[in-house]
This record gives sequence, C-alpha cells and structure tokens, in this order.
Amino acid sequence: MNPRSATTLIAACAALFCASAHAETGKLLLTGGVSSVDGAAGGGLTPWAVIGSNATDDEIGGSAFFTHVGTKDYGLNIVGAAVGIRDRYEFSITQQDLNTRGTGSALGLPGLHLKQTIVGAKARLLGDAILDSDSLIPQVAAGLEYKTLGSTGLDGTLNALGAKRNGIDLYVSATKLFLGQSLLVNGTLRATKANQNGLLGYGATLGGNENRYSLQPEFSLGYLINKNVVVGAEYRLMRNKLEKAGSVAGLGNGLRSEDWKDIFIAWAPNKNISLTLAYADLGVIVPATTASRKQTGYYLSAQIAF
Amino acid sequence: MALSATQLLDTHFGMDMTKTLTSLAIKLVMASSLLAAGASFAQQMAPKDDQLYKAFGEKTGLVALMDDFMIRLLADPRTGPHFQPANQQRIKEQLVDQFCALGGGPCVYKGADMKSSHSNLEIKKSDFHALVEVLQLSMDAKGIAFRKQGEMLALLAPMNRDIITPK
Repeated sequence: MNPRSATTLIAACAALFCASAHAETGKLLLTGGVSSVDGAAGGGLTPWAVIGSNATDDEIGGSAFFTHVGTKDYGLNIVGAAVGIRDRYEFSITQQDLNTRGTGSALGLPGLHLKQTIVGAKARLLGDAILDSDSLIPQVAAGLEYKTLGSTGLDGTLNALGAKRNGIDLYVSATKLFLGQSLLVNGTLRATKANQNGLLGYGATLGGNENRYSLQPEFSLGYLINKNVVVGAEYRLMRNKLEKAGSVAGLGNGLRSEDWKDIFIAWAPNKNISLTLAYADLGVIVPATTASRKQTGYYLSAQIAF
Repeated sequence: MALSATQLLDTHFGMDMTKTLTSLAIKLVMASSLLAAGASFAQQMAPKDDQLYKAFGEKTGLVALMDDFMIRLLADPRTGPHFQPANQQRIKEQLVDQFCALGGGPCVYKGADMKSSHSNLEIKKSDFHALVEVLQLSMDAKGIAFRKQGEMLALLAPMNRDIITPK
C-alpha cells in the first residue's frame, strides 16, 4: 500500500469513528489493547486475548492504526484497521511495508520494499481478563493470520531458497489483568512457518525441509502506572528457518534470525486514542548485508478506536 | 494430495527436541510465575487487615468519596438514568458500608445482596464499565493511590456477575 492509500484508509476510519462517536461502546480504558505489528489487538509484537475496539457485549466497534519501526538498517511502516464484534470476534487487515535500504542495494535491488498483507481473525473463547478478578482463569482467545508477501525482485531468491510467499499463523493467547497488583500478563503460543514474521517468506527447502510448523511462545508483561499509562516488555521467540538454506546458498549464517523483543510505554489520553512508544530489538535481519548488526531502534504507534 | 497418518504425526511432532524442551521450560517458568502471582493474589482477595480501609480514609473518607461518586453518577448521561429514580442517600450509605467491609474496616454490609438488588434493572456490561469509570474519577479526585484503587476494584469487579442482566 502506498502512503496515499494508507492515508485514505486512516481518513476513512477516522470518518467512521466520527460518525459513530455517539454510538455507545463501553470498554474500560486500554482494555482493547493496542494494535500489534500484525494488526491483531494486543501488545506491539504479539497478539493478546483481548478483542480490539471499545465494543462490549452488545456492541460493534472499530480501530485503525499506524506504526513505524525504525531500526539501524531497516524502516517498517504498518497501517491497518480492525473490527471488534460483541467483544467476541475480531477481524483485522494490515499492510506492512519494509524498506530494505542497504540490503536491497547489496542484493542488486535498490529501493526494494517488501510488502506484506495480513488478514487476521480472532475469537474470544473464555474468560474476562479484567472483571474475573477473583479467579486465576485468564481470558483466552484463538486466532489466525493469513499473510501474503507481495511480488518483488526478491521472488527469484525466495524461490531458490524454497521459501513460499504466503502462510498462515495460528495462535492461542491467554491474558490476565491482576487488578490488585496493576499487572497485566499475556502468553501466546503461535504455530508458524514464517521467516522474519513472513517478510522473508515462509519456510525453506534448500538444504533440508524447513517447511513444518513450529510452535513459538511469546510473552508480554505490563504494569499500569495509572489508568492512562502502561509500561512493559515483550519477548517473541522466532524460528530460525532460513539459516540452513542461506548456508547452502553460500551466505554462511548470513540469513539467520533471532528473537524479537521490546520495552514499551503506552498512553491513552482518552478511550479513542492511544500512543505507544517502544525500544525494539528485532535481532539480526539478513546479517549478511548488515554486518550482523542487531536491528535495534524505536517503535512508534498511534491508534484510534471507537 | 492426501497425507498419511505418519506424515501428519511427523508434521505435528517432528520438531527437534531442543526447541521443544526450550519452549516447555519457558512454559514452566511462565506457569510457576503465574502460580506465584496467584498465591499473592489469593491473599489479596480477602483483606486480613484494614490497610485498604485506611487507604480510603476510613469512614470519613468513604462518606466523602460516595458523596462525590453519587454527584458524578447523576451527572454522567450513561449512569444518571439508573440512579435518578433510586433512593440516593440509601445507596451512598450502603456503598460506604460495603467498601468499608471489603477494605477490612469495622463495618457489616446489611443491604440486600447484589443479585436481588439489581434483578429488576436492565444493566449491560457497558453500564457496569461506565460505573467503574465514574468511580475511578471519584477515587482520583479524592487522591486515592492507583494501586489501592486497583485492590478495591479487584474486590468489586466479580460482582458484575450478579449486577449485569444475563442475556
């Protein structure tokens, strides 16, 4: 998606939001989560069991977001929108645009942008993360993310490595807010074939079959400073599926990947707006072309919800 | 192309052992930290002293809080219609007793139980959330620390099951 259509999407959602500003949607502040990089409501890197938007039991709500992640060698722009239905179902659509900068040039593809579209669906299975405060049972949700990587000059390389350009992630999330302790805990287990979350395709066959699903745990911990501000950290384990193929292709360990993590602060001045600032460490991304630098940098995200 | 049972099993359980063990270990650490959190959490549910009652300013503080709370409940378009026709003075007194007892103070809540006192009302989850938000505003206005607010809300939140009208 180019910046103009991204802006149009945001504007359309903002208009929608204005139109339904009088509709009664009544979640508590921040309890619809922020928008994760893949579009599902949750933290920044990982989905939570919460259903996005401000909609509770009898209501329908929506949200839209823009996120920028700037690391040492890459820039990632993400735009997306989600609908929350009766605090039970969530549907989201998200576009990621990775500016590969020096890596593209090093591969003979200057100006290479990798664009991934993610369609997500999530259903809350049981529990209420906030109101069931006399029980240890968390809110539990299951979801899927269908990811498609757009066609680029990198297609030939991905084909040679045996990486597909689409894949489906399946996940289960459990989220609990310990009200008395102001602590939010989330655990997510994801079944995925993705390389770097799908930005480098799915799986690999060169040098051995790496096309199986693997189970990757993801964790978030948040502390509510007050009802408007939460600080926390996230850790998302990543499967290193491309390293072997890269090695056979003569790149040594130049395609290895590492876990993603961040520390964040999210601020919701009111129920319709939230801003998230994080320091993210995405590990190495195509270390062959980036002198094995850790891709650390800032993460900035803005969300509107109704 | 049909997959054989062996292939299916292989697909599901063919991950290498180290990864599985690592992920299991992490799950164990997670589970035990959840259990630890749960233990301290269970203690929190039944106040064994009156520190929460004191944090709310004892009887004087609770009376002032409920006076402020009722003014805000009546002014808020989401909650006002529910409280206008009610006996506001009686509700305030009962809330003082209820918060006092929940906080470990020297009170006994003598009002009707939550289920029967709300059974003839039409209350949605968003109404319940609206009430929590108004209460948060009142607690902020009375300078009650956010952590103490959370401790009280943790004791109040489960009442939603008796207050919200089942569908």
